[in-house]
Amino acid sequence: MPEKKRKTPKLDELEKGAWPSFVKEIKTAAEKNAMADDLLGQLERSYEEKIGHWKHGGIVGVLGYGGGVIGRYSDLPEEFPNVSHFHTMRINQPAGWFYTSDVLRKLCDIWEKHGSGLTNMHGSTGDLVFLGTKTDELEPTFKELTDLGFDLGGSGSDVRTPSCCCGMARCEWACYDTMALTYFLTMHYQDELHRPAFPYKWKFKMSGCPNDCVAAIARSDMSIIGTWRDDIQMDKAAVTEYAKSGMNIQKDVVGNCPAKCMEWDGKEIKIDNKACVKCMHCINAMPKALSPGKDRGACILIGAKAPIVEGALLSSVLIPFIKLEPPYTELIELVGKIHEVWSENGKNRERVGEFIQRVGMGNFLEAIGVEPIPEMVAHPRENPYVFYEEYFEEEDNNG
Amino acid sequence: MAEQASVQEVSDAMYKMIRDSMGQKKWKATDLTKAVTELFGERCDKNVAKSAIRDLIESGKCVYTYFGGSFIEIPHKEGAEN
Repeated sequence: MPEKKRKTPKLDELEKGAWPSFVKEIKTAAEKNAMADDLLGQLERSYEEKIGHWKHGGIVGVLGYGGGVIGRYSDLPEEFPNVSHFHTMRINQPAGWFYTSDVLRKLCDIWEKHGSGLTNMHGSTGDLVFLGTKTDELEPTFKELTDLGFDLGGSGSDVRTPSCCCGMARCEWACYDTMALTYFLTMHYQDELHRPAFPYKWKFKMSGCPNDCVAAIARSDMSIIGTWRDDIQMDKAAVTEYAKSGMNIQKDVVGNCPAKCMEWDGKEIKIDNKACVKCMHCINAMPKALSPGKDRGACILIGAKAPIVEGALLSSVLIPFIKLEPPYTELIELVGKIHEVWSENGKNRERVGEFIQRVGMGNFLEAIGVEPIPEMVAHPRENPYVFYEEYFEEEDNNG
Repeated sequence: MAEQASVQEVSDAMYKMIRDSMGQKKWKATDLTKAVTELFGERCDKNVAKSAIRDLIESGKCVYTYFGGSFIEIPHKEGAEN
């Protein structure tokens, strides 16, 4: 326990304002944890000097696993000895982030015993993140976590911990059971999750509907986003209620439809469902009147990444519609083919989206045995040259 | 058809590759798989290579490391720890 309260004028600025402050939480932890206290000291120093003092990566982990622990060391170990090691542990979260308060207390007890007591709930990958421990504490922490029924998540060049929205547990718009699929993928890919064997990271993210609450389309190598292929369901009486209550349906619903597939005559909404692009705007605006169709499944997209500095990619359509039900055979076969082609031909640190950009979508599709279809066109081509193989064949035959 | 290489045989070959190139080359799991497939030819498939990597790690002879990507190395004292 620190004897004297540390002076942190720069960090104190981050406690001002109405919003929650991570500095306040670290200070609270620092009252009884020396690691948290030295963390404050090193962080204050970083703000003074405008330079980070962490070294990242390395050799640390638990026996048999290649992921789940991110090595971190201070480059000022003499000044801040309690954070000379400050490794992060990623804990595989339950699908949908559902915990009992009893389990949360036990998790926190484990971390106060073996680490800094500081956590992220949750990290951007989805895991429960334990921030800061020493190398010697990794195995004892892992042992207590597994005794509680938890496991480490992914890190490095492996399948990262699959994550999803709360899906059918709390949302009537879920078009497939995101939590069931997340659990299935987590169990099916245990080997790939704990033993890095790919050119770089691979993320699965599952969203139950096109609202995409986990931002799968922007962050995951394979985005599995719920959709439907029949007509939007409509409760006409509820539409009338919205109109009576003062909603401007023409301006706020029909006028904002990106596909211009809706009409409002003052009494009824008409939807050209074939032209609908499943943007969810009308459903979000009138949740009591409109809802996704009954023939529900998912769209599989490929190739997103969200790096911190540059090179962000959104994923693009690979399979426009698939029914996602156990045992998910079709999905697993597809993923297997992609992993094989990417592992065989991908460069070091090349995400699958970058790999597709390098080899070309046409070659990628041919390699994984998927036929090209119009839904895969992400945007119109930028040059005017169009080549059709049959034209060349015709020329050859005539020539 | 040639007899399939044992997991131990492939694991030993992998260990030798890693040991002999220490300090010069870092091996990813995919690199090791390609190297032993080339070395053993049809005697070694991807599943045997995968089991051999697992054997290397679980025996403690090698560990996974992270330096911008995941690699397989012989355990050593880490520079960052000093």
